[in-house]
Amino acid sequence: MLIPCPACGPRETTEFVYMGDASVSRPALDAPAEMWAAAVYDRTNPLGRHQELWHHTYGCRCILRVTRDTGTHAIAGVALVGMDPEGGS
Amino acid sequence: MSGYRLAQGGLIDRSRAFTFTFDGQRIVAHPGDTIASALIARGTRLVARSFKYHRPRGILAAGAEEPSALVTVRSGGRREPNVQATMAEAVDGLVVESQNRWPSLNYDVLAVNQLAAPVLSAGFYYKTFMAPGQKAWMRYERAIRRAAGLGIASGEPDPDRYEKRAAHCDVLVVGSGAAGLVAATSAAAAGLSVVVAESDPRLGGALNWSGATIDGLPAAEWAALRTGALAGRENVVLMPRTTVYGYFDDQQLGAVERVADHKLAPEGHEPRQRHWTIRARHVVLATGAFERTLVFPGNDLPGVMLASAAERYALAFGVAVGRSVVLFTTGDSGYRAACNLAVAGVAVSTIVDARDTAPEALAAEARAHGITVRAGMVVAKAMGRAGVARVALADTEQPGHIVEWIPADALLVAGGWSPVVHLASQSGGPPRWDERIKAFVPGVPRGAWTAAGACNGALSLAEAVSSGSEAGSTAVAACGATARAMPCPSIVHDEGDPAATLALFEIESGYGKAFVDLQNDVTADDVRQAHVEGYVSVEHLKRYTTLGMATDQGKTSNVPALAIMAKARGLTIGEVGTTRFRPPFTGVALGALAGREIGAHFKPVRRTALDDWHLANGAAMGNYGLWQRPRAYLRVGEDISAAYKREAKAVRGGVGLVDVSTLGKIVVAGPDAGTFLDRVYANTFSTLAVGRARYGIMLREDGFVFDDGTTWRLAEDRYLMTTTTANAAAVLQHLELWLATAWPDLRVRVASATDQWGAMAVAGPQARAVLAKAASGIDWSHAAMPPMAIRHGEIAGAPVMACRLSFSGEVAYEIFTGSGHALAVWEALMQAGASAGIVAYGVEAMGALRIEKGHPAGAELDGRTTLHDLGLDGMASKKKQYIGKALMSRPVLTDPSRKRLVGLVSLDGTPVRGGAHIVAGPAMNGQLQWQSQGHVTSWTWSPVREGYIALALVERGPERHGERLYAADPVRGAHTPVEITSPIFYDPQGVRQNA
Repeated sequence: MLIPCPACGPRETTEFVYMGDASVSRPALDAPAEMWAAAVYDRTNPLGRHQELWHHTYGCRCILRVTRDTGTHAIAGVALVGMDPEGGS
Repeated sequence: MSGYRLAQGGLIDRSRAFTFTFDGQRIVAHPGDTIASALIARGTRLVARSFKYHRPRGILAAGAEEPSALVTVRSGGRREPNVQATMAEAVDGLVVESQNRWPSLNYDVLAVNQLAAPVLSAGFYYKTFMAPGQKAWMRYERAIRRAAGLGIASGEPDPDRYEKRAAHCDVLVVGSGAAGLVAATSAAAAGLSVVVAESDPRLGGALNWSGATIDGLPAAEWAALRTGALAGRENVVLMPRTTVYGYFDDQQLGAVERVADHKLAPEGHEPRQRHWTIRARHVVLATGAFERTLVFPGNDLPGVMLASAAERYALAFGVAVGRSVVLFTTGDSGYRAACNLAVAGVAVSTIVDARDTAPEALAAEARAHGITVRAGMVVAKAMGRAGVARVALADTEQPGHIVEWIPADALLVAGGWSPVVHLASQSGGPPRWDERIKAFVPGVPRGAWTAAGACNGALSLAEAVSSGSEAGSTAVAACGATARAMPCPSIVHDEGDPAATLALFEIESGYGKAFVDLQNDVTADDVRQAHVEGYVSVEHLKRYTTLGMATDQGKTSNVPALAIMAKARGLTIGEVGTTRFRPPFTGVALGALAGREIGAHFKPVRRTALDDWHLANGAAMGNYGLWQRPRAYLRVGEDISAAYKREAKAVRGGVGLVDVSTLGKIVVAGPDAGTFLDRVYANTFSTLAVGRARYGIMLREDGFVFDDGTTWRLAEDRYLMTTTTANAAAVLQHLELWLATAWPDLRVRVASATDQWGAMAVAGPQARAVLAKAASGIDWSHAAMPPMAIRHGEIAGAPVMACRLSFSGEVAYEIFTGSGHALAVWEALMQAGASAGIVAYGVEAMGALRIEKGHPAGAELDGRTTLHDLGLDGMASKKKQYIGKALMSRPVLTDPSRKRLVGLVSLDGTPVRGGAHIVAGPAMNGQLQWQSQGHVTSWTWSPVREGYIALALVERGPERHGERLYAADPVRGAHTPVEITSPIFYDPQGVRQNA
């Protein structure tokens, strides 16, 4: 699988580390435990398009938001998280 | 004895001959032979014993689809089991052995399994040994595994080297038969970079044994000309002996080049095999088709062979498979094979055609060769002791009624063709059943590939050439180039009509075991039994019967099995569908996948800047993650145990120096660095004064402890965080993730500085004196440099940064300096401390000292402990929010019955080792009969206690100080009485370190 890193170009998956489901939004630090439990433990396991966080560990070390089809591994979009208008909080 | 070497013909080099041994017997071979062709030429039919029933087996095929003829080649560390005799080239002096037999191939004791065959049907092991409540599997597994099996690995290190390489090209052509060569020629002519991968040593595929004429030349010569033309082009790479085994995402394919498998040992600097990762813009799959066998009683006897294989042995190897050959066909291709065999000099007596009507022209050609054609007949059974001797014929409509026996020492089967759809299936939708040719053809592509030739159902040579030409144009267009018009080769080859094949897969004559999967000993009845027992999905059928498993992956058995399943379910084969083909296409040696990443190259080794000093001074080094660290420095006559006890005592009584460069070091910089650290750590860092350090502990978001360490405030907007050695990378990643996803508004950057800093700790009552002597620019007195103060100075002319902090419980200072200065600083400190008796100490003594002080480390911070468990609740700030706070107080994490940190003292003077479990009572008959109440995390010999102590996590631990229990360690045979104590064994008030 190739991930087109916006900073580095297409790179082999072995350069990246999966960092979890990007569709989960983490609550504020002072949010109640129930909200945190949901954010930490509740996950869907979708077949099809999925928003994922990938860390370009052996590259630019940016966090990427990758839209990937879990059935075909086709990547529909990649954005830098926290560094462009698309990503971040 | 049946097969023999023909007087002429074949692509072998008859001018040279050599020998190899098969079970000790000398076999003559010529260059160009495979092990299989040489064995057949020698007259050998029995080459293997089957997996389950130990039935005698021979050679079914001539290529990668061979299910039975698996052998072990070479010896010693180069011994390789489960090699297909049909793929392995014969080598002068090679040692070849048969498998799964004892004491010998001819007299195999376990052939008695055949007598038990009625009970050894599908699911036998599951039902008998693994049924609920059965423990029999545990008891009999070893014996069963020994009885049913393939070859045995050498058990020795492989002396050979394996390499990995990557290749990029415009067009990868997999397979070099007619379609592949035409497609490659077209892509090459358009100026594209082309790689052609071919499993065999010679390119050309079936052109080498088809007997066809192309452009007036024998097809093999035509293929050689085409190959030569391609080889002469700079934009083409030809890769013989290379099997593409996997088609992965984004146009990445895996291939193994067998560089030196055709030699006894690799020559010079050659690797044995080379793994290729190939990325291609477009792939042409010209992988050909496998002929299918037919399912009838006795179809697994040695001497039963695919018709195309016999054709190949005759035309490519100059070997006759028998002296009296019968060919059983369901289509026209069997006639072509029979005629080609006759031309080559092989005595084919009879063609048995299951169809009512023989194809006129082909039948006439066969009769002209003296072959009898029996249309409307089937083979009801093959008979013989250790190989085919006679063949029973019956009417197609009445297969159970034998009408005639004919003698035969080889029975060739032409049961239709299965395109090799494996790679297509790996990178595409499910294969599609093509009713025209009665076979699965490639489904909808997901990757950028085009199937060509027989792989795409173009079974005749003429169809294959035109299909290859189209695929070439498609590939050229896909790469944005312009295809050039190519002359169409003129072909003379009568193969009849590939669509005239009868949809017949099993001859249900009822005369005994009829095998579907020869490699896994799965019979037609097993498939029907699986259906009766409710296994209707083909994926379940596969797993229940083991059909299509192991190295074979159903290359010849897939379609017959599906046909039997479809019939049982009353469906068509297309409706039943096929299992998904998964990589690898053929077995791949683990060595090829590992390449050079073995031994010392398996993972990188990290050494600190002081590594050479450690080694020169008697250090016994240990692996800590990737790091090499001194466990202890051994003096003459000392072992590690004696050395660490001496070192720890020296620190308590004088002074010691330890290399702590492996600590993770992360620079946290920016105006919001303090705010960020407050959110990351459970305790507060924004209030820390510049020039001071603080011990910090961070949690994961689920509330468990993640990591700890001291963090130093070097400037208003700059901190140096230290982490545990093990978690350095994980902590940096954690910080990066939270900064990017949750707080992109914070003006903070983080960067690793682990390798930039050399770090060492000077510890012990004499530390201050040693430093005062070695360093300049720092007042080390208690008043001038209180605990946690950071000062800058110089040692040995190098700038150093010192912080007064103690892991050992003694007065101690951590000295940081640039990695390049670390050795000079270390040596200066050793020299300055010489008169005070300074010792270098290692990880073991450091552990002893911190265990005495009850400091948690890696074994306690194992990802399952909370602040509460470790007795560190007091560290958690109540005034601010931080990662993990919300979930830290969950009821399950604050339950008083949780295992919490305590100290243990051994009461009988023996060690209490890590992993021992805390139980209530003494050992009983060597059996552990007590419920575990906790476990030992860290242990040491304590210099101050002069005995063995440990840290442990014990249920309700802090409430139980003074209680006497046992540390059960059945693995190492220890059961030690212990007393629970406070985890702090030494100087609980911290008087010494704060002096």
